[in-house]
Amino acid sequence: MWQTATVVAIKNETRNAKTFRFALAEPSRHLAGQHYVVRLTAPDGYTAARSYSVASAPDGSNEFELTVERLDGGEVSTFLHDVVVIGDELEVQGPIGGWFVWTADAPALLVGGGSGLVPLMAMLRLARRTQNSHLVRLVVSVRSPSDLYYAAELHGPEVNVVYTREAPSSSARPTGRLTGADIRQPLVPDATAYVCGAPGFADAASELLVGLGQPLHRIRVERFGPTG
Amino acid sequence: MAKFTRGFAGRGREARDPRLPPGQYDTDNQWPVLTAEVTPKHETASWSFTVDGLVEREVTWTWDEIHALPPASFEGDIHCVTTWSKLGVTFSGVSVDTLLQAARPLPNATHVLARSHTGYTTNLPLADVTGGRAWVVWDYEGHPLPREHGGPARLLVPHLYFWKSAKWVSGLAVLDHDEQGFWEVNGYHDRGDPWLEQRYQGD
Repeated sequence: MWQTATVVAIKNETRNAKTFRFALAEPSRHLAGQHYVVRLTAPDGYTAARSYSVASAPDGSNEFELTVERLDGGEVSTFLHDVVVIGDELEVQGPIGGWFVWTADAPALLVGGGSGLVPLMAMLRLARRTQNSHLVRLVVSVRSPSDLYYAAELHGPEVNVVYTREAPSSSARPTGRLTGADIRQPLVPDATAYVCGAPGFADAASELLVGLGQPLHRIRVERFGPTG
Repeated sequence: MAKFTRGFAGRGREARDPRLPPGQYDTDNQWPVLTAEVTPKHETASWSFTVDGLVEREVTWTWDEIHALPPASFEGDIHCVTTWSKLGVTFSGVSVDTLLQAARPLPNATHVLARSHTGYTTNLPLADVTGGRAWVVWDYEGHPLPREHGGPARLLVPHLYFWKSAKWVSGLAVLDHDEQGFWEVNGYHDRGDPWLEQRYQGD
């Protein structure tokens, strides 16, 4: 079940987030929204494992990307950030998850908070790669422009960035928390909503969707806990 | 045999609590919320819990009726598959033994499928929910169970990973076979013993 994955690229996303590109011996069969478990093993057999969402779109290759937020005191995330270099081999298990996935076959509203953007980015990338951008709308909430992952690639007609504390001068929207007004227009009929973020954000965003009449069975939620 | 990770020593093993199963860490005073659905609001006035399927008689309890059953408590540890554990917690409610004794499973019963008011399901061997190892609980540390943690009432099967402890539980279907629930269909283990690290299908 555990496979060896070789780190082939590392990229800084923000001050405390890095994207690690891994290569497997065989194709990664992941779907957009799934995650891999990364396991670290010490010489005495002690292990620590954490789950990280895949950020890259499925493309049939043997590579995939995980974006990892560095959590102070997080045993795995600090190791990945501070110790791992290109060429290192890590053990991974996955891909895992069959609920919070999108296969580019139905309308979707993606709502992410902070690092909750990661699995939604895999979905957006899949949509763009398969010429299905018309099926997705992405609304992402971040504190400031410097907290936005994938900033160079993200922007497009299907994407709306909401800044809660500090916005670029080009932003017409005043800073503040996500509101119903931010998601009313992108919530197209028959869309399934995918909400991902910290528990407080996920609950708030879910309640906004319910308030706009989105049926409960078409809201899928992924809560990122403090799992360093 | 696991492969060593270059540069990884791990930390804190000398102080590692023996109550922690392999691969778990102590979340201490936090209690992370992990749910794949919108947190529902359920009123106790319309709440019910049903045992059905392969039983001599199907039984449904209202909120008041289930509270009239003999009370039972659990003190111990809970373990989430996302690698956190919470040690030394107390839940109160009623033993699943009490509920099953009222419904009387048929001799060919082997498994249960727990279900929630949200539509969530999870499968368990009958042996894992009998013998004083499973509860329906509504109090946490002496206070009503918070909504985000499954209130008004959730299943509690603390010797298995916590996704088996269905939040907002609404009933148990007694079966003569194993029938996968929500996470199990989606790749998680059918039994989920944290001491055997049964996290995913195939573990």
